[in-house]
Formats: sequence, C-alpha cells, structure tokens
Amino acid sequence: MSEPWRIVVAKPGLDGHDRGAKVVARALRDAGNEVIYTGLRRSAQQIVDTVRDEDARFLGLSSLSGAHQHLFPRVCDLLKQEGLNDVIVFGGGIIPVDDRDALFACGIRAIFGPGTPTSEILQFIEEAVQVENSGVGEASDWYWTSSA
Amino acid sequence: MVSQRREDWKTLSGLDLELQSTAKTLAELQISEDQLGDAGSPPYTRGIHSTMYRSRLWTMRQYAGFSSAKATNERFKLLLERGQKGLSVAFDLPTQLGLDADDEMSLGEVGKVGVSISSLSDMRQLMDGIPLDKVSTSMTINAPAMVLLAMYIAVAEEQGVPPNQVLGTIQNDILKEYIARGTYVFPPAQSMRLITDIFEYCSTNVPRWNTISISGYHIREAGSTAVQEVAFTLANALAYVEAAVEKGLDVDSFAPRLSFFFNCHNDFFEEAAKFRAARTLWYELMSERYSPNNPKSSMLRFHTQVAGVSLTAQQPLNNIARVTIQALAAVCGGTQSLHTNSYDEALGLPTEKSATVALRTQQIIAEESGAADVVDPLGGSYHVEALTKQIHDLALEQILKIESLGGALKAIEQGWQQREIHNAAYQHLNDVESESRLIVGVNHGLMEDDTVTEVLKLDPTVGEEQCRRLAELRSTRDADLVSDCLDNVRNAAQSGDNLFPHVLHAVKNDCTLGEIIQAMKDVFGTWMAPSGF
Repeated sequence: MSEPWRIVVAKPGLDGHDRGAKVVARALRDAGNEVIYTGLRRSAQQIVDTVRDEDARFLGLSSLSGAHQHLFPRVCDLLKQEGLNDVIVFGGGIIPVDDRDALFACGIRAIFGPGTPTSEILQFIEEAVQVENSGVGEASDWYWTSSA
Repeated sequence: MVSQRREDWKTLSGLDLELQSTAKTLAELQISEDQLGDAGSPPYTRGIHSTMYRSRLWTMRQYAGFSSAKATNERFKLLLERGQKGLSVAFDLPTQLGLDADDEMSLGEVGKVGVSISSLSDMRQLMDGIPLDKVSTSMTINAPAMVLLAMYIAVAEEQGVPPNQVLGTIQNDILKEYIARGTYVFPPAQSMRLITDIFEYCSTNVPRWNTISISGYHIREAGSTAVQEVAFTLANALAYVEAAVEKGLDVDSFAPRLSFFFNCHNDFFEEAAKFRAARTLWYELMSERYSPNNPKSSMLRFHTQVAGVSLTAQQPLNNIARVTIQALAAVCGGTQSLHTNSYDEALGLPTEKSATVALRTQQIIAEESGAADVVDPLGGSYHVEALTKQIHDLALEQILKIESLGGALKAIEQGWQQREIHNAAYQHLNDVESESRLIVGVNHGLMEDDTVTEVLKLDPTVGEEQCRRLAELRSTRDADLVSDCLDNVRNAAQSGDNLFPHVLHAVKNDCTLGEIIQAMKDVFGTWMAPSGF
C-alpha cells in the first residue's frame, strides 16, 4: 500500500444498520489508514464538517434504508458548496444497480453492494488517487466498476 | 487416520465440534436424561407446551409495511387472505425515531423501510377493516412504543373493541437499540422509566398485550455469535425485570407478558440448540432469583425471524434454500411464532411474489415436513444435547460477566456489548475473506447470474402525501386542546406520574407522534450510545 489516507466513514440519515460501516472502517484501518467513524444519524452538514475538520482525503457513505438517492447527493452538493471538491467519495449498502448512475453523476466514484470483498475497496482507494480529478467536485467521469 | 476436508471444525458461532458425540460426551458435560424433563414442564428445555404444535401451530407472522398506511393496509389484507394468522407492522425510520413525516430529518426516509405513521388518522387507515379483537398485531416499535400502542388502543376503541380485548406485542426493547439497532431517542434511565410505565399501565388496562419483546434478533444481525445473542438478550431481560421490581411491581404482574425475539441463522443444529438453551437458562434465572408463583413468569416464549444477514445479493433464489433450513431449525427449537424472509431482501423490500414464497415455506414445513408432528424432534440427540449445554453454560458465563460490569445498562454505557459484537462481526468477515468460511454465491459456487430480480418500487410521492395530510390535520384540529395535552405530557414526564394515560389522551386529541415525543425530549433530553468501533 502506497500511503496511509485519512478516511471518514459516515452514516447519513436515520438508518441504524452500521455493521457494514464499522467492519469496512476496521478493514481500512487495519490496512494502515486513519479512519474516523461518525456514528449514527449524522446530518449532511455534520458529515461535511467532520470531513473538513479531519482533513480527510476520502469519505465513505453507508445506507441500507433506501434513502441513498436523497442523502448521498445532499452530502456531495454540500462538499462542493464548501469547496471540498477534491475529497473522493464512495458509498455502500443496499443500493439497487438502477440507482447507481445517478449517484456517479453526483461525483461519487464507487458503490459497493453486499458481499464486496474489503480488498476491493482498498484497490479502489489505490486506483482513485491515481486518477486525475477524481474528487467529488472535479471533472473526471471515471468511476469504479464494483463486483457486487 | 482418514484425511478430512478441514483441520478444525467449528459451528458458525465458533463452538468446537467433535466428530461424533456419544454418551461419553454427555457425561463429560454433566448432562443426565432426567434433567431434560418433558415439554411443558420445567426447565422447559423441550418446549413450553406439553403437546406443542399438535395442539396449535406456531403463528405465521410476516413482518410487513411500506409506503403509506393505505398501501400497507392492502398488503395486510392480502397476507390474511393467504392464511397468515397475525400481523406484524414494520414502521419507517421517522416513525421509529418519533419524528413526524414532515420533520426535516425525515426527508427521503418516509415510507421507505416501513409504513409512515404520524397521527391517529394514519393508524386508523392502517387498521381499516381489520377486526382488532381477533387479529393479533406485533409492532416493531421501541423508543416511541407508548405512543403507537396508544394510537392502536384508540383505533380499537373506535371499532368497539375495549383495551382489555386487544391482542398483540410491542417490541419496546430499548437496550438492544443502544447495543445494535440504533433507533433510540432518550437517555437510558428515562427510556427504562417509559418501559416500566408501560408494564404498569398495561398489567391492569391492556392485560392481553405483550408489553415487551426482548430481542436478540438485531444483536445477531449486527454480528454476534449465537452464545452472545442468548447472553446479551437474557441480560437485557434481567435488567427490565429488575427495573420493574424496583418500581414496586410484583413479578407475576408483568413477567408472564414478557416475550422474546430471536434470530435463526444457517447452522441448523446450533440454532435449534440455542432455543433449547435459552429456554432452560431463563427458567433457571427467573426461578432462582425471583421465585415467581405463576409458572408463566419463568417460561420463555419467543418469536423467531430467520437471519436477514445470511441472505446473499448474489444468486438470490438460493436464499429460499437458506430460509427453509433456518425456519426448520426454529420449528425444531420450539418457536411460538415465525417470520420467514423473502429471497430478495439483500436487494430491496420484498415483492408480493417473494413475500408469498416466504409464507408458503412455513406452510410446507408445517404440513409436509413432519417436524410439527412431534414435540422437540431433536431432543436426545447426543450432538444437539451437547450443543444445548455448551450454549447454556457459555451464555451464563457472559451474563455473569455483564453483571460484574454493573449490569446490562452500565455495560452498554461503556460500549462493552457493542465492542464484543463488532469484534465477532469482524472475525466473521475475515473468515469469509480468507475462505475459511465458504458462502455459496459469495466466495464459492460463483457464476455469472443472469436472473433478473424484480425489486419493489415504492411510490415516490408518499413523503409529499404524508406532509400534505399532516398540514391538513394541523390546520383543522383544536390547537388549544393540543397544546394542553402536550403540557400534560411534559408535566407527567417531569413529575414521574405514569405517562401512559396522558399520551393516550394526547393521541385521541390529534397530537402527532413527533409532537408527543418532542414534549418528552423537552424533559428527558436525548442520547448517543458508544458505537463499539
């Protein structure tokens, strides 16, 4: 692994399922990164504040309640509004394939569904930093094609 | 020595497995046949009723709810028509957190994981045309349980059914919310007070209602082992009993209405043994510590839902086989009611088709498999008796550990259970990723799957419609009366008066869920539990 990154893992909205968020956070940490987990039920503003205060390079959003179409774009918009354009955003949870293009269009660079190996998330992180302009508010239209 | 496919053999929860259990195994574990007893007799290892399913099958109770009260009411009627015996209401997250549909935090969540109920008028629509003196209703509601039960009682009264006739269960188990499920609102002490207020009020006014469903389900979904599921659930149960006894309630006035809710995962024998162990352990704990006069006070009655977390998004039809194994284990373990999951739940909410297959799976077990024709069909198996004893002993050890930390509540405040569960979940993830644990479709039996699985699409206008209904309600009701009712709730919260009658009065006068919970927050405050990460 090239370099340790600061990564915020966040639970937007009201969803209480955080088994996935926490094991992903732990796997990222065990791979050498510095990981901050926000805890449950964070507003978009609270998440963006955490990303800024922690000077994070990556933000992982988790949702299993079906509200991702509302919640993820709100967080992305707010990151852009506050000038945090270079933060790389990825997401996971129960997110139907049909909903994913709209999320990529907001600047999210990967969506990982149930059963994704954590090694794949680490690969994504290594690759995403190599891609130019892969931040949430930057020009690239690249996104990761996930296995699940 | 004949070679084996693996070097070490363990159950899904990590218990060591010997190749062949024998009479010697039982002797080593100090198990004798006369300890076992009969079904219907203490320690109830073999079941709480002497004739079990020969007299009455378990209640096939499918958890359902989505979108608006009207849409869910239609699904309920369909399930009843197809032979389901009781209802089980899934509420959306705003409702579960005591927020109205028009609250800012509710945006995007209204009607998603369950039905949106903000006022008495929604509850009236939800139960329209369903006879509340005949159908029993289970409601998965915790922090705001008192408000939703009050709405249900009010609707029953409108149907001419008095409170002492309504049948059902509220989950009302806040401790596992802090540990694993996340829909808590108030700090622990205030939450416990709401729960004991409900016990007290219902023991005289709503005597056929199960006032709590102490749940291991979500603890297991969050990643615990089978032993932890039993231990943490029973430790929580002991905390509720202790709180009620401290409030001055007689143990026999509420303990017979305590019910439990467990998970059922893939390891067939371990799961069947888990239920037998939980029943035995609860009997021992209750009878030793509280010496109840009513035998029902120490009988563990439980609902089971099969493990959502075991379902794979890959090759989803395979989930029908998983659910069948799990449901059979629950029946062999003596469950009182059962929810079978739909095969598409790793993808979205169940469709009408997948929900029907899930119900039919239970009917096949009931009528075709033979498992329901005798009591405790696995009893006496060396393997199952050994597992039962191991789970019993290890769970007791964990309960004593929690008590050494000051009890369930104190341990939660330290994040102890949360950490233990997180560690077990991480261990499981590593086992799967290192392929020491194989899961078909995930790390074994992989293939390109071209099955197109239809995913239930929700009505996107449900949030707006709920907001419109609320705006109408707020503009047509008696505002002074509403404000008086909410003051009463605040005053009772402050004074320590039982809150239930005040909440019932408030819902009957069209105070909304969000307003009543806000009135309580004004006095109780809110809380965040440690995550365990």
